[in-house]
Amino acid sequence: MTEQTVAVWQGKIRMRVLSEGRGPAVVFLHGPWGLAWDPFLDELARRYTVYAPEHPGTTPEAPDDVYHLDGLWDLVFCYQELLDALGLDSAMLVGHSFGGMVACELAAADPRRTRRLALIDPIGFWRDGDRITNWMMLSQAKLRDALFHDGGGEAAQRMFGGTDDPDAVAATRVRLMWAMGATGKFIWPIPDKGLKKRIHRITAPTLVLWGKDDRLVPAVYADEFSRRIPGARVQLVEGAGHAPQLEQAEKVARMVGDFFASSDR
Amino acid sequence: MKISAFHLMPHRELPDDFDKRYESVWVTPPWWELADARRVGQYYNWTLDELLYAARAGFDGVCTNEHHQNAYGFMPSPNLMGSVLARGTQGLDVAIVQMGATLPTSNPPIRVAEEYAMLDCISGGRLVAGLPLGSPMDVNLCYGITPMEHRERYREAFALTLKAWQAREIFAWNGRYYQLANVNLWPRPIQQPHPPVWVPGSGSVSTFDFAVDNDVCYCFLSYSGAKAATTMMQGYWKVVADKGREPNPYRAGFLQLVAVAETDARAEELYARHVEYFYHKCLHWPLEYGSPPGNQDYRSLLSSVKSNVRRAEDAKKLRYRDFVEKGYVIAGSPATVRQRIREEVIKGLRVGNLMVLLQIGSMPHELTLQNIDLFAREVLPDLRSTWDDEGWVNHWWPERLRATAPALTGAGAAAAGGQ
Repeated sequence: MTEQTVAVWQGKIRMRVLSEGRGPAVVFLHGPWGLAWDPFLDELARRYTVYAPEHPGTTPEAPDDVYHLDGLWDLVFCYQELLDALGLDSAMLVGHSFGGMVACELAAADPRRTRRLALIDPIGFWRDGDRITNWMMLSQAKLRDALFHDGGGEAAQRMFGGTDDPDAVAATRVRLMWAMGATGKFIWPIPDKGLKKRIHRITAPTLVLWGKDDRLVPAVYADEFSRRIPGARVQLVEGAGHAPQLEQAEKVARMVGDFFASSDR
Repeated sequence: MKISAFHLMPHRELPDDFDKRYESVWVTPPWWELADARRVGQYYNWTLDELLYAARAGFDGVCTNEHHQNAYGFMPSPNLMGSVLARGTQGLDVAIVQMGATLPTSNPPIRVAEEYAMLDCISGGRLVAGLPLGSPMDVNLCYGITPMEHRERYREAFALTLKAWQAREIFAWNGRYYQLANVNLWPRPIQQPHPPVWVPGSGSVSTFDFAVDNDVCYCFLSYSGAKAATTMMQGYWKVVADKGREPNPYRAGFLQLVAVAETDARAEELYARHVEYFYHKCLHWPLEYGSPPGNQDYRSLLSSVKSNVRRAEDAKKLRYRDFVEKGYVIAGSPATVRQRIREEVIKGLRVGNLMVLLQIGSMPHELTLQNIDLFAREVLPDLRSTWDDEGWVNHWWPERLRATAPALTGAGAAAAGGQ
């Protein structure tokens, strides 16, 4: 795996980008809990060159860089600068949760730059009758249970770590809190920031994947995306909560990989 | 020494099983199940009467503050209360201490500057301008301000407020969060260049820096007493020293819960259940409400997670005697209370501007008046001269009240002021 830190926004924002693999470029945009290279990305990297940037502020040693962005408008341009710096004139985008919303915004802002779009339990809409649980207001124990289909499983363990070493527990807490804060900056208090007015601009063929047991963002939200993006397909993932790419890594990597390889809409 | 009576205006009659039945006293308590508007009107009037009673009994100041969507203290607009108090204390040498209207929840924030200027005019220059950051529950959870922007908004609003009070010319404010093309405040405060500013905090290192850099009085509004605050206040005084400021005790304010009776035993009889009501019901909310991600800046997050110093113990497990023993509440005979406040709070933390909470939780009106009365007669006069021998000037008190002590207390009046 290659690691590089790219400075954008006149050098004020440092974004670490992990990359691996060969083949067409795929950019993975992580969710509210930060980036960790995981088996899903490994699997995807067998067929594609995967670039996984860290959301501004979540790169170690650069926590305050996020203060240079005032809103989504800034964030979208920031990512465009990043893609320029990586030499990616166009790419396939896959985004999880908050990263799914960012992927939609990028695809709407510059439709020609997004070849295909895969969304995994994305956010961006709000229905009064189907409330999204604010994960930023859950205790760590409750978050773990709400985020995963199996809160005691391997994927949950990888994200939250053990409870033995107090230094490791503290480091995990800081990492998760700051990642939620730095992403939360763009969605508080309700994660509907106008995507509904822009999403019609997306022209990329789109796949929407949803963990069947998503207890944070109910799977009914898949309809919001599929009815607004022409031709978008929805697939539910069994045995997964809000992070199916972590709980069903191989399966989700295959679904995304096959979709990116196909020429169907 | 300046000593003010603080009030939260709590719900005084929450059900016995409140903390079992409801997840939180803040943000989500259901109004229709728990409250009645006519009864709440009575609470507001009791609150005002209690503070006016304290003003007439000889306190140096009366304090109100702002909270939203909660049953533990619900003055969404402290300035409405302050307005009644300013009017009702005409002719008394009592400060109107607003602790206060919250800048990030006021939009545009010059609304606070305007209302404070009104209060200063109405009171004849007796305003203390508390400019709190506001709690995460109020600002982020109830009023929807993004946690990561909370402090930045506050700092911008703070600078705008100070400028709006003082500017001789109309100015444009082209800020990151606020844009106003013609700032020209009507009215301006009587106190020049502006009313004394207090900034309440809860121990964030970044707030220490802010308070010292801006030369304001830093107030720790604590419910855990002096022992729990020692390390934190030492941290504050270290910042004061590091930044080359004088260790003037009037740079620090502290809130202490106090219950006075004829004897220690009598205090327990009278106050135990009200104290337990306060800690068990009024402070009942999930820990994570107090720290939405992004609210603390990265440096403060690191220090609070890694040190664990401020991890509060579970007050639900404590009873009256624990609260008294640990100093959360200073309760007992006048002699006990005098001695503990002087040693633990005033001397121990080096505090010149003391606030005391004398209406605690479910404490009824008559008992509250009794507590205020005993404190004013038997405790306050004795504490008043504490710092006089060091000769400090309380720059953070309305100038016309610095050298005075309100009448009716007798002892101590002549000595106060420190110059």
